[in-house]
Amino acid sequence: MSFLVVQNLTKEYPLGLLGKEKLKAVDDVSFEIERSKIVSLIGESGSGKTTIGKLVLRLLKPTSGRIVFDGKDVFSLRKEELRDYYRRVQGVFQDPFSSFNPIYKIDRVFDMVFEEFLPEVKASERKARIEQVLVSVGLNPSQILGKYPHQLSGGQLQRILIARILLLDVELLVADEIISMLDASTRVDVLNLLGDLKKRGMSVIFITHDLSLGYYISDEALIMYRGSIVEMGDTEKVFRNPVHPYTRMLLESVPEVGKKWDLRERFTPELIGGDSASCKYYDRCPIRERHCRTAHLQMVEVEENHKVLCLKAGA
Amino acid sequence: MTRKEFAYFFLRNKKVIFAMCVLGFLTFLAVVGPYISPYKDPLAFVGLGYQPPSKQHWLGTNTFGQDIFTQLVHGLRTSLFVGLVGGSLATVIGLLIGFVAGYRGGWIDELLMMFTNILMVIPTLALLIIIAAYLPYRGIFIQSLIIGFTAWPWTARAVRAQALSLKTREFVDLARITARRPLKIIFGEIMPNMMSYVFMVFILQFGGAILAATGLDFIGLGPTRGMSLGIMLQQATLWNAIQLGMWWWAITPGAVITLIVATLYIMNTGLDEIFNPKLREM
Ligand SMILES: Nc1ncnc2c1ncn2[C@@H]1O[C@H](COP(=O)(O)OP(=O)(O)O)[C@@H](O)[C@H]1O
Ligand SMILES: [Mg+2]
Repeated sequence: MSFLVVQNLTKEYPLGLLGKEKLKAVDDVSFEIERSKIVSLIGESGSGKTTIGKLVLRLLKPTSGRIVFDGKDVFSLRKEELRDYYRRVQGVFQDPFSSFNPIYKIDRVFDMVFEEFLPEVKASERKARIEQVLVSVGLNPSQILGKYPHQLSGGQLQRILIARILLLDVELLVADEIISMLDASTRVDVLNLLGDLKKRGMSVIFITHDLSLGYYISDEALIMYRGSIVEMGDTEKVFRNPVHPYTRMLLESVPEVGKKWDLRERFTPELIGGDSASCKYYDRCPIRERHCRTAHLQMVEVEENHKVLCLKAGA
Repeated sequence: MTRKEFAYFFLRNKKVIFAMCVLGFLTFLAVVGPYISPYKDPLAFVGLGYQPPSKQHWLGTNTFGQDIFTQLVHGLRTSLFVGLVGGSLATVIGLLIGFVAGYRGGWIDELLMMFTNILMVIPTLALLIIIAAYLPYRGIFIQSLIIGFTAWPWTARAVRAQALSLKTREFVDLARITARRPLKIIFGEIMPNMMSYVFMVFILQFGGAILAATGLDFIGLGPTRGMSLGIMLQQATLWNAIQLGMWWWAITPGAVITLIVATLYIMNTGLDEIFNPKLREM
């Protein structure tokens, strides 16, 4: 049963001085998320992953399209409904350093959660629960509480933000590159933690540029290129049987031992003006044909729970 | 930073302590000076002209036999008043316009910034001269208002830039997904990050207003009645105090203005160290 439905979501940014040209950071994206599933959103830098995450968290307004959570349009929620939404849908942002207000002690992120969502919890119990969630992300409360953000490392800050969502019974977590700041040993812990949360019924939008992480952790994978989802479906199917030439290209480098399977160094080429082909991958595609330029593109189902945005997928 | 921590760092910063002492002393002089001076009226002719500092005239007299110390303490009063009123006004207007423009964005931003930029390119001094020249009666309050209403544009632009960068920081997003109300986000997350900056802007505006008033006084557009440091400076120049070797008349008003502005500058660098936790620990 899908409890988050994203329909034809598009987010445009004005480009250039006059803003006549538009950059489609997210371009007609549709997907659904079921309960207790981890869905990874994989793509190069600039492919629109963070934008999708912020749209789901209702931090940005879409240019068009809808996001429906539990039967309600997210952008029509008001006041108490919105509070309820955030009680159930939370996020951890990409940059832990700017996620903390530099003038306050880090304790504040926990205090705010209690004030806004759990005002009934007593002060003494609050402290115990904060310490408990800090321990469960592998932090020592006495070394963390009472500190200012600039006194802690990026990895510690990121884990504090993960601890923060543990205070709530979150149903959907938008996790934007939450592993990137962590060192190898804590990575495994955090991944296992996400696994545990999933077993307890939480779903995760796991945003990453790391293919192997996406493969390791997720039930479903969405491969993004220039704001569009080019291939999506069951992680096993997408990774074992990639159909889109872009996904194939990404996965080709994989079997070589020692080669890093990470898209961090890659950047999506900016879409400037005159790109007229209907398929965004046209210029780089090894199997393109003339009609790829003009034909209307549509997601095609290549097998059960495995779709591709490519004209040649069926062939 | 909590109030307690602020007080702690505040009281430990030598620059701030020094500046507070000097400003405290000047304020004391401005408030009490007129009462401890043997002469009530700064414009009264109370002795011989050309007198160097002595027991009767602590800072000497000018060409006409007016007491310089009396003029100085009254002038100091005026200057601090203009600094406080003009500086506050400019800061408040700049803060409001800059914050609304940066935080709201869109057409409101464009409109406000157009207005700000127009005011910015009009030479302020010319504007001040025109306004001041048309007023038949000018008191120091009017002068403060004129200065306040013309000095805010750079503050508005600086505050706008701050608001723009602060509102896209992720701690604002984090507050939003914690269901914080917009007003609480503005006053709890964004404003406190700007307060130190605004405080420093105020100090700069305070000094700027004093200098602007001095400039107006100096070209003869000061208060039509009363005394100010600028008027003293103007008269000292007009009556060749330097050429006549009357250093006590020529130097004192300029020295006091310089002292005020330099002290405010020291205050600012000290506050920077207090507010910026990274500077603080060095
Ligand atoms: N506020 C913005 N204004 C203009 N362009 C933006 C803005 N935010 C993001 N973009 C652009 O949208 C595209 C997608 O960005 P983002 O979602 O951050 O990508 P990712 O997270 O995959 O690296 C990028 O080309 C980026 O430059
Ligand atoms: Mg990103």
